[in-house]
Amino acid sequence: MPVVVTVVEVMDETPTVKTLRFDRKFTILPGQFCMVWVPGIDEVPMGFSSPDMITVQRVGEATQALISLSIGSKIGIRGPLGNGFSPQGRVLAIAGGVGVAPLYPLAVNGSVDTFILGARTEAELIFADSLMDLTDLKIATDDGTAGHHGFVTGVLDEQIDLLSYDTICVCGPEMMMKGILNRLSDAGIADRGQFSLHRYMKCGVGVCGSCAMDPDGLCVCRDGPVFTGDQIINSEFGSYARDASGQRKRV
Amino acid sequence: MITLQKELVHVGGVTLDNHLILAAGVLGTTGASLFRMLRQGAGGVVTKSIGPNPKEGHAGPCLVPLERGLLNAMGLPNPSKNFLQELEPLAGKPVVVSIFGGKPDEFRTVASWFEGVAAGYELNLSCPHAEGYGAAIGSDPAMVRACTEEVAAFGMPTWVKLTPNVTDIGTIGRAAEEGGATALVAINTVRAMRIAIDLRRPVLGNRFGGLSGAMIFPIALRCVYDLYEACSIPIIGCGGVSSAADVIEMMMAGASAVQIGSAVYDDSSVFGSIADVLYSTDGVSASGIVGCAHE
Ligand SMILES: Cc1cc2nc3c(=O)[nH]c(=O)nc-3n(C[C@H](O)[C@H](O)[C@H](O)COP(=O)(O)OP(=O)(O)OC[C@H]3O[C@@H](n4cnc5c(N)ncnc54)[C@H](O)[C@@H]3O)c2cc1C
Ligand SMILES: Cc1cc2nc3c(=O)[nH]c(=O)nc-3n(C[C@H](O)[C@H](O)[C@H](O)COP(=O)(O)O)c2cc1C
Ligand code: FES
Repeated sequence: MPVVVTVVEVMDETPTVKTLRFDRKFTILPGQFCMVWVPGIDEVPMGFSSPDMITVQRVGEATQALISLSIGSKIGIRGPLGNGFSPQGRVLAIAGGVGVAPLYPLAVNGSVDTFILGARTEAELIFADSLMDLTDLKIATDDGTAGHHGFVTGVLDEQIDLLSYDTICVCGPEMMMKGILNRLSDAGIADRGQFSLHRYMKCGVGVCGSCAMDPDGLCVCRDGPVFTGDQIINSEFGSYARDASGQRKRV
Repeated sequence: MITLQKELVHVGGVTLDNHLILAAGVLGTTGASLFRMLRQGAGGVVTKSIGPNPKEGHAGPCLVPLERGLLNAMGLPNPSKNFLQELEPLAGKPVVVSIFGGKPDEFRTVASWFEGVAAGYELNLSCPHAEGYGAAIGSDPAMVRACTEEVAAFGMPTWVKLTPNVTDIGTIGRAAEEGGATALVAINTVRAMRIAIDLRRPVLGNRFGGLSGAMIFPIALRCVYDLYEACSIPIIGCGGVSSAADVIEMMMAGASAVQIGSAVYDDSSVFGSIADVLYSTDGVSASGIVGCAHE
């Protein structure tokens, strides 16, 4: 059964992103997620941005309802679910947009050496201040309002010696992640990449099959959400995904 | 414990690699996940139930794990005719396509898409939580017979899956048999619900749903036992099977094979795990124990 928690703090991150803190700390590994039940609306997957926090970007009905919650509101949590990251040695983390959420606890526990944080514009950078204290932070914005003018892959190409990292943890829009996977693959180190994937989830526990990926039938909810680059390089990743009814759509 | 001989299994016109079949709706939305279950040792697989139109399913929560069981109200999400492309890599494999509809001609329409593609059909006349579908028609013997007749007319193996949520499952089983079913599958989920007390509301988005997993095994076993008395076509036992002993027990009640769904929750390679214990070189032939508890 979901654990019912009470929202005790709501933090504005950007105009469309808020962090909710609840009255209960879960025992998580960085990269694990939960199914968040917004009563009367839906249940959706969210990464833990700390043991008692989720960081939510408004995209539709459930996320709109979540960021509109006030202190004292109750929601249901099933989790932690999934495998999480398994960093080793020198760690590079790369986040695009709200993809920073599951990577943040990795930085907080001291695992990350270098962090590349990307967003469309300066106002949409999330957790930049604390990441600055915790890691060697490099910023990229699409419009050049902060840091590198362009995508996170630009920072990779110009400022990073990929081979000097043992683990590269990534979360963000799929095409961004695909661009990074291509670079790791070209360098012959796809297996050092750990990518946190997004597929449509219903059960969250490896039963319904809604998040299964081609061609191996890996379930993002249970076998993932974090996969190494070599696990997904010859998969549907970067080309298509399925919607709630199981129909394919381009990513 | 009694063990079985490893043999090809013929049930209701479908040939399976062993007695263990993946149940409908569990890891069955994509060809790749069905293939994975075959690789892990399932003797055959049943797909997610496919209907006349694409459906997104109910709002969440749509599945909640409980002690020794799962509570779900998925709401029959499915890609409808587009599911054909999922089956391409599975040509020639023991894949049974589960179909649902609201009336007999919808069953026929959906079945026609998979003619010659599937190893057989399974009619879902038994989903307890999709308005107007499944169990809503599966508790009416005349409807069960009419839907079965429409699909059996294709001349392919036609399994009919029954709901336990009726007074006398034997009557429904006989209606399916009269309609031309080649095997009966018992059971689908048992009507159920839970309430989140701190929120004072049902935990499922659909408010109520169906219960599966180990906690329904005795209910399923009783249904199989009753059907064995009432009908003369083969029965496939489904509901809470999670060990080799459960398979043997289902067979003694009258099942020729079993389906396994919820047990993947505790063990994602459950088919291999059960097969390792169930089969041995000095095992008996299943035919020697099927229905033996009736003697
Ligand atoms: C493992 C995982 C972790 C995630 N972590 C975060 C996070 O930390 N912060 C965050 O803001 N977002 C996260 N997401 C994305 C988040 O789940 C979706 O944005 C959310 O479900 C949208 O719901 P909605 O009702 O607001 O939008 P809708 O209008 O229902 O849908 C908009 C889009 O959101 C996606 N979506 C909707 N429902 C689901 C679902 N059940 N499962 C997966 N995707 C869905 C689909 O791509 C859809 O096209 C995560 C997703 C996954 C799979
Ligand atoms: C998540 C889930 C989805 C299901 N979807 C279907 C379905 O689409 N069609 C169907 O006939 N049965 C469906 N079922 C019922 C199962 O096939 C099976 O009859 C039931 O779960 C009992 O078996 P089990 O205890 O081994 O899971 C579903 C069950 C679960 C748990
Ligand atoms: S969401 Fe159901 S299997 Fe992953």
